[in-house]
Amino acid sequence: MNRAALREKLPIAITASVLLLLCLGAGLKFENFLSMRVFANLLADNAFLGVVAVGLTFVILTGGIDLSVGSMVGLSSIMAAKLVGTAHLHPILALSIPLVVGAVIGLSHGVLIARFGLPPFLVTLAGLFFCRGISLWISRESIQIDHPWFHDLTSWSLSLPGKGALTAPAIGFLIVLAVGIWLARQSRFGRTVYAIGGNSASARLMGLPVQTTLISAYALSGFCAALGGALFTLYTSSGNAISGTGLELDAIAAVVIGGTLLTGGYGSVFGTFLGILILGVVQTAITFQGTLSSWWTRILIGVLLLCFMLVQKAIESAARRYQSH
Amino acid sequence: MKRLPAWSWALAVLVAVLLFNAFLTPGFFNFVVRDGRVFGSLIDVLNRAAPVALLSLGMTLVIATGGVDLSVGAIMAISGAVAAGLISRPAGTPFEGGKSAPALAIPAALAAAMGCGLFNGFLVAVLELQPIVATLLLMVAGRGIAQLLANGQIVTFTEPAFAVVARGATLGLPNPIWILAGVGILIGIVTRLTALGLFVEATGSNPVAARFVGIDARIVKLAVYALSGTCAGIAGLIATADIQAADANNAGLYLELDAILAVSVGGTALAGGRFSLVGSLIGALLMQTLTTTILTRGVSPEFTLVLKAAVVVIVCFLQSPSFRESIQGRMKWRAA
Repeated sequence: MNRAALREKLPIAITASVLLLLCLGAGLKFENFLSMRVFANLLADNAFLGVVAVGLTFVILTGGIDLSVGSMVGLSSIMAAKLVGTAHLHPILALSIPLVVGAVIGLSHGVLIARFGLPPFLVTLAGLFFCRGISLWISRESIQIDHPWFHDLTSWSLSLPGKGALTAPAIGFLIVLAVGIWLARQSRFGRTVYAIGGNSASARLMGLPVQTTLISAYALSGFCAALGGALFTLYTSSGNAISGTGLELDAIAAVVIGGTLLTGGYGSVFGTFLGILILGVVQTAITFQGTLSSWWTRILIGVLLLCFMLVQKAIESAARRYQSH
Repeated sequence: MKRLPAWSWALAVLVAVLLFNAFLTPGFFNFVVRDGRVFGSLIDVLNRAAPVALLSLGMTLVIATGGVDLSVGAIMAISGAVAAGLISRPAGTPFEGGKSAPALAIPAALAAAMGCGLFNGFLVAVLELQPIVATLLLMVAGRGIAQLLANGQIVTFTEPAFAVVARGATLGLPNPIWILAGVGILIGIVTRLTALGLFVEATGSNPVAARFVGIDARIVKLAVYALSGTCAGIAGLIATADIQAADANNAGLYLELDAILAVSVGGTALAGGRFSLVGSLIGALLMQTLTTTILTRGVSPEFTLVLKAAVVVIVCFLQSPSFRESIQGRMKWRAA
């Protein structure tokens, strides 16, 4: 196995086997765990997180970070609810306007980071404060959405064999996932993203459009975060300014568990999907257990995150040793 | 011309905000002495800024080594949960049974906080994980641990001997101000009157060179993360004593971001290598003065967040090399 394959395939193989083990363990312990219904619910419950994490994967692949995604979810959700509730817009329009806002905010992050060389961590931290401030300014109270079309959309679902049903957010997540995988693996944009994460100086010397791609990656992350907010609005049928608090951490955890290196250059969108599934299975198993309290989810996610970081570290040093031989 | 210190921007803005208040907010500079305590907006600013200022002191040294500590907010929650647990011994928590032990509360909470800091330091220094990710771990899991320690409840207690940490006053000034001053002077002496500060800066600016001159970067990093955790523990004690309750979900929420903000506004380079404790204190005071100004002027508090965002971006701009180059280029062009 050569070095690149070691860095690329091994993390995702480990992630996949952990997911399998978790599923098997939970399946043996709890009856009915391994059913279509549980799986479909898992997708529906984590759809918004998944969409956010797919966008974030691109930013992390470039070697950057986007801390603003959680509050972007809140901004998008409260904005959509306000537009339906007060401005009486049609829900389709009300759910799409925040997407444009999200892309524009992401774009401005990208410009500050790529054009002016500001640290991604601080710029998106400012974005976090900004979005949360604006959403609290829009409304401090949560707003219920009452609209016949919206009601139809939230109650609609696609039946699956085995009593499972895919809701609209779950289908949205699967579509975003497919587009994300295509974008990362097949498009020119995706290849440039990997090149920048690998070595941005060489990418520039190769004549790749580094600035434009970086800006697009942050815009994509902002767009996905806003789309995640729209799905969250569908999921809860209401808008709330403080929804998505701390979500950026779950999303980063999903990306890291999915085998994407935080230094950029190595990783995959499919890995992020596996990461989301692992988080979802842990959460569902704790719900099935019943006696364990919800905070165990956070502690277990922390432990998983630590294990995966150690694995990444081991792979990195193994790859480096391979290189020096 | 002598180079101005890096925090002069922050100081200038702080003075500007204070002047604005002097003219437009009636009574901002008034002091009233009641029951042997001094009251006034300025005292209030200092008192409320104390927790973030404490965090930013520890954070300054961590950032100076080229790292960052995202877990301080969660460590505050852990420290508060330990202290409140030892005092009120709530059922269903690990502290259940036994007598109320207020004397034990403070050392135990600080030990727990320092342990968390050492854990961060171990991940960064020994396992060589990226600081953002390594401390992200406790930021995620830390609140879970705090909830575990409090059994998911908000642990309340009435213990005047402990509440005095935040609510009491010495020589007319609230105790948090004295605690902040004490910790600040202690860290200042240790870093600036000994070579330790130099070791920290050397580790941050060039780890390889630092190793060649015989500085053990691992020990230095371990020490600064432990210190940052301890500072967070003290801040957590103040926050808990202030409301006489430990709220695992909300204690110190987002304060890590405020602390990083205060440090960067104060002129400490985020890439590491040089630091200014005075600058970080000025940064923390500036943030609190802005917040207090917004509140006393009746502007809706949501704008504090938007304002903080604006301050981060502006300060980043002023510190960014490419921005400086473009300004310098323009000035040279004019001179020519």
